[in-house]
Amino acid sequence: MENEAGALSRVAGLFSARGYNIESLTVAPTEDASMSRLTLVTRGSEEIIEQITKQLNKLIDVIKLQDLSEGTHIEREILLIKVKAMDNGREEMMRLTDIFRGSIIDVTEQAFTVEVTGTGEKLDAFIEAVDKQLIIETVRSGVTGIARGDKCLRV
Amino acid sequence: MELTGAEILVRFLKDEGVKHIFGYPGGAVLHIYDALYQQEDVEHILVRHEQGATHAADGYARATGKPGVALVTSGPGATNAVTGIATAYMDSIPLVVITGQVPTNMIGNDAFQEVDSVGITRPCVKHNFLVKHVDDLAITLKRAFYIATTGRPGPVVVDVPKDVTAAKADYVFPRKVQMRSYNPVTKGHIGQIKRAVKLMLSAKRPMLYTGGGVILGGGSKLLTEMTQLLGFPITNTLMGLGAYPGTDRQFLGMLGMHGTYEANMAMHHCDVLIAIGARFDDRVTGNIEKFCTKAKIIHVDIDPSSISKNVRVDIPIVGTVDQVLQDMLDVLKAKTLKPDQDGLKNWWQQIEEWRKTDCLKYENSKKIIKPQYVLENLYKVTRGNAYVTSDVGQHQMWTAQFYKFSKPYRWINSGGLGTMGFGLPAAMGAQIAHPRSTVVCVTGEGSIQMCIQELATCLQYGLPIKIITLNNHCLGMVRQWQEFFYGGRYAMSYMDSLPDFVKLAESYGHVGMRIEDPADVASALKEAMSMKNKLVFMDFITDQTENVYPMIPAGAGLNEMILI
Repeated sequence: MENEAGALSRVAGLFSARGYNIESLTVAPTEDASMSRLTLVTRGSEEIIEQITKQLNKLIDVIKLQDLSEGTHIEREILLIKVKAMDNGREEMMRLTDIFRGSIIDVTEQAFTVEVTGTGEKLDAFIEAVDKQLIIETVRSGVTGIARGDKCLRV
Repeated sequence: MELTGAEILVRFLKDEGVKHIFGYPGGAVLHIYDALYQQEDVEHILVRHEQGATHAADGYARATGKPGVALVTSGPGATNAVTGIATAYMDSIPLVVITGQVPTNMIGNDAFQEVDSVGITRPCVKHNFLVKHVDDLAITLKRAFYIATTGRPGPVVVDVPKDVTAAKADYVFPRKVQMRSYNPVTKGHIGQIKRAVKLMLSAKRPMLYTGGGVILGGGSKLLTEMTQLLGFPITNTLMGLGAYPGTDRQFLGMLGMHGTYEANMAMHHCDVLIAIGARFDDRVTGNIEKFCTKAKIIHVDIDPSSISKNVRVDIPIVGTVDQVLQDMLDVLKAKTLKPDQDGLKNWWQQIEEWRKTDCLKYENSKKIIKPQYVLENLYKVTRGNAYVTSDVGQHQMWTAQFYKFSKPYRWINSGGLGTMGFGLPAAMGAQIAHPRSTVVCVTGEGSIQMCIQELATCLQYGLPIKIITLNNHCLGMVRQWQEFFYGGRYAMSYMDSLPDFVKLAESYGHVGMRIEDPADVASALKEAMSMKNKLVFMDFITDQTENVYPMIPAGAGLNEMILI
């Protein structure tokens, strides 16, 4: 979409005004600074997705829209999680991080900050695997994605 | 040539071909008013409330097909304009609304008369802009007109901070505009059009259902030609009245909640439904589950998001109504096939049976004026040629039922948003656009009071509008629902302490008439219409117990009408 003030609020406003649900939303400028790429995750019946697609296309600031779930695609999300890590727990947390191909990006005497990248489901699984008592803070980027193969979203 | 932002704005309007704008001055737009003052190409109509400005610009657009333009100040000027913007949005009316804004360096500081106009109007505009730099002003205005008038039309707001109107820039009229993110389609898919024509010709019980899109898309003539070539029955939505001659035998009247028995029954029983420039509104379909269950549906619309929104359709065609109708006619004329004549004959026989119900009949009275009787007479006296605006409620439905519109752009009402207070300012817009035509505002004693201040504007600009108030001392449609569905508990629907409308009209410098005897209705209307240069406020005291029939109750199907 156009990298303009207010473009994001048009998208967000459309979802709230028409009662659609936003599960996650990420947005950043592209290599062409006049455009932003926004990835939004939503859920609904075929009819609802069709309406959402049409309504988004109607927004003047939306340049091009692609439903990634229509084809094979890659999706990625980043999780940063701060956990208590003391004594034996430090070893265990390092092992868990390895299993999920994450990395420990900050360390104090009391805690680790772990970065895990993957699909939303993988991040869910990581959080699930960590003892609830140990979690101090989590932050997720929201999902971003791209189509597999030669298919692309270009203007 | 270097001009100030205010001068650029006014010059642009002139170069864009704008003759009239409706507005109200204030602090943030003082530079613009100063520039308006020093020229004569663009005439500014001073309304008495910003709601009146947007409604008047809207009425102007509906009566001409050209975009309406309004100019209001920041803060309360913009918020007052919102009702009119939302009204235009719901009915897809091309409008450009210029709102003043506090200077750019004060935006966000809770400055005097500051509101986030772009934020407030975002959900009820086709698009809006905040102009941050004077260099962007002319091209932004060009984009606003382009967006407002192309594709599915709609209102566009341009918010202009005060410092932008003072700053200077070179001005060249931008003749062309291109936007990578906005390219509305015009031509429909020819393959789909051929499939649609094939289906139409195979129909045994076809039905045309057409809406405001036919008027907005300039398709009335082509629609009439195609309908008559096919010999199919046709119904118009509230917004579509006038797109097909209301007096023609093939016309079954309006459909929907207060539509005719024959139109709704034909909808319910048809086997092929051809929807053109209509959006399957809930007031039209009734219960979606029971809507046209036996029909294959063709839907022609400029807006893809209107298609299969409420009702799944079989053949969608996205394109402008005039282009698609022209293509359909070409395909039809090239085909040697004719519609199914035997099927059509039986279908018309059935329709004529339904028509015999005479669903709009009412019992006239010699003692008290029936509202329907006023409208029948209005139709006769004006010979169906007037521009008729209305407010919202029973009088609006009766006008739609009894005034047989035969030309597009003649019937001007707030269909989607249902805005009381729309009628009088909209009539001003229509009268400004057509100074020599008869413009009538049909209203009620409730609605007229919502923008009554505009009577002053009418005097200032010599607008000889004829106001027909059906005064039943109650909010008729509210009362009707309370009678039917709330056990006759008439909560707040009684209009007490009404002004003396005759004196009120006179105090504004107009002619007032009160008509209480049914015998005087026709002569009073003739007398009022003969006063060519005067606004006449006609206060008809009408029967409070009269209800609008037929009626489809909420949740019912089109075949489940309450007849009288």
